[in-house]
Amino acid sequence: MSLDNNQLLRFTTAGSVDDGKSTLIGRLLYDSKSIFEDQLEAVENTSRKKGHDGVDLALFTDGLRDERAQGITIDVAYRYFTTPRRKFIIADTPGHIQYTRNMVTGASTANAAIILIDARHGVIEQTKRHAFIASLLQIPHVIVCVNKMDLVDFSPAVFEKIVGEFEEFASKMLIMDIRFIPISALLGDNVVNRSVNMDWYADAPLLHTLETMHISSDINKVDMRFPVQSILRPQRDHFRDFRGYAGRIAGGVIRVGDNVTVMPSGFKSKVKSIQAPAGNLEEAFAPMSISVTLDDDIDISRGDMIVRENNNPSATQDLEVMLCWLHNKSARPRTKYTIRHTTNEQKAMIREIIYKIDINTLGRITDDNEIGMNDICKAKIRTTKPLMVDPYRVNRSTGSVILIDESTNETVAAGMIV
Amino acid sequence: MSKYFLNYLEELEAEAIYVLREVWAQFQNPVILFSGGKDSIVLTHLAKKAFFPSKIPFALMHIDTGHNFPETIAFRDQLIDSLGARLIVGSVEDSINQGRVAEEQGKNATRNALQITTLLDAIEENQIDCAIGGGRRDEEKARAKERFFSHRDDFGQWDPKNQRPELWNLFNGKHFEGEHFRVFPISNWTEMDVWNYIRREKIEIPSLYMAHERDVVWRNNSWIPTSDFLSINEDEAIFNKRVRFRTLGDITITGGIESEADTLEKIVQEVAAMRHTERGNRTDDKRSETAMEDRKKQGYF
Repeated sequence: MSLDNNQLLRFTTAGSVDDGKSTLIGRLLYDSKSIFEDQLEAVENTSRKKGHDGVDLALFTDGLRDERAQGITIDVAYRYFTTPRRKFIIADTPGHIQYTRNMVTGASTANAAIILIDARHGVIEQTKRHAFIASLLQIPHVIVCVNKMDLVDFSPAVFEKIVGEFEEFASKMLIMDIRFIPISALLGDNVVNRSVNMDWYADAPLLHTLETMHISSDINKVDMRFPVQSILRPQRDHFRDFRGYAGRIAGGVIRVGDNVTVMPSGFKSKVKSIQAPAGNLEEAFAPMSISVTLDDDIDISRGDMIVRENNNPSATQDLEVMLCWLHNKSARPRTKYTIRHTTNEQKAMIREIIYKIDINTLGRITDDNEIGMNDICKAKIRTTKPLMVDPYRVNRSTGSVILIDESTNETVAAGMIV
Repeated sequence: MSKYFLNYLEELEAEAIYVLREVWAQFQNPVILFSGGKDSIVLTHLAKKAFFPSKIPFALMHIDTGHNFPETIAFRDQLIDSLGARLIVGSVEDSINQGRVAEEQGKNATRNALQITTLLDAIEENQIDCAIGGGRRDEEKARAKERFFSHRDDFGQWDPKNQRPELWNLFNGKHFEGEHFRVFPISNWTEMDVWNYIRREKIEIPSLYMAHERDVVWRNNSWIPTSDFLSINEDEAIFNKRVRFRTLGDITITGGIESEADTLEKIVQEVAAMRHTERGNRTDDKRSETAMEDRKKQGYF
């Protein structure tokens, strides 16, 4: 079996226990044979203790002591499974309103989001919130699973109605790829195996969809961005003059011989060599971790960005961002925060809250500047030195920032550059 | 190169290298926690790649329970030698002799939990601000909640319900004096990924992972190797079996499985067909449903 072209797909699942989220994940793991016997035995024992009939699939996702006791997900948990086609990482995030910060965290690295809807209830406020976060975090693919189809007699009319409702409100959002799948996580219909109860549904079940969707274009491979992470100066025989700039390519393709500009200094040079884990290469692309050497000896340090000549990000001290507040200490305008962008770190200040989003109606609130935990707003930020940025929708890596509170060292906010 | 995407193993490698370089940039005195097991060996291999052609800029730290497989120690010393790296040893034996901890009593006594004190002491004594570990989220349910950059307070404790959010690949390692971080570059790898990577990279591993003949007793559903540290009960019989180990820990609690897999190729095939988790043979995790969470909160690996 050759795994050489098998890719890694990260997806997030948003929903509450009531939507059957844990059952769905349990089903995916169970039917793809990713559950080990000792895990199964442990869950069988717990299911018996709790008086459930058969195996409660939801128990596979139980984590911390408090979560087991309360039957809820408190924090993002990561799960893994592999099929002959792909490796998958699930960011299992709680769906309650107070856990927006966890949903945002899980969404930040995801290729796809699974949004669960209970077929009996249709589109509810929570669904809109989940879709909004998926669009805000620019998750490239959204899969809406209409769950519990067994409880509505596998009715195509119910499914079609929900699809219609979802498309209506999602048409106002920036979501590039939406698919709809009617499922029953409990019975396994259209999760791994095709449903025999819903022959009216002609498309692929969930797992097959995840295995085959095109994800290579999820990362920008057009605009070359190379944030310098560290400088390698070996000072050893053979490498005495070696000066390598190490980092992870944040966008595009870099080739030996490319004319490049170092930002913010503006110095120009040519790529002399590229070192990758497997040896020297002629070209490398995002998201590879490499080091490069340049033809000229110029002053470059961590936080600088090497880009292709004539394709520059904007170097700016004034950012407009969509800000998700992640901490119970509220945002304080005009207070200094540390801002981290790629490998660059500067001081920053929130200059203005332009508007706040009402997470339930998704409307804009302009007369409320109080930004607390789980709030999302549009804000203006001023930094002490320029950052080299792209809009988040063009590049998730060079378009994202976090704010760190200097008095507690805690990460307090995540920002997406508009 | 014709394709412009990474396969899953290349992507995991790129991610781990990025994390290791981030550690170097953000901390003053980081070490790699080196147990001699496959995960810490892979970690060390990745560090070699991350900083090539420079040497690994981290010391390796081994928390030595004194209950070792002799093969592990021999392997450790040889690796240190070839890397030209510095080795720091924290000794559980010393912690016992100094009265910092007391040996557990009884038939199932181990030094597993005692390592916590030795580890935290070693971190403090050596003024380490970041300990890089080979922990993986697929190993255990409490580990599934770990961040790449995981904060420890000045008592070395983990607060799983109050972790820093970790978005994109923007890692926040800021900390106050006396606090430290645990960083897990191979968080997203599974046991299978580790073995596939070892095979792809032809990484040397201790012979204990390969099938070999050994004297063992049947205890807690696995074959525990006989050693000077194991007290054999009257009702237990010693067998000579062909076994191999899926994880390497303290010799008193690491159970082997019967196996004929004596090459990397065969191990990968065997692991792919496994129906039990690798830590299923570790009695340290069997003490309660939340045994790992409870130890981790106190400062365990």
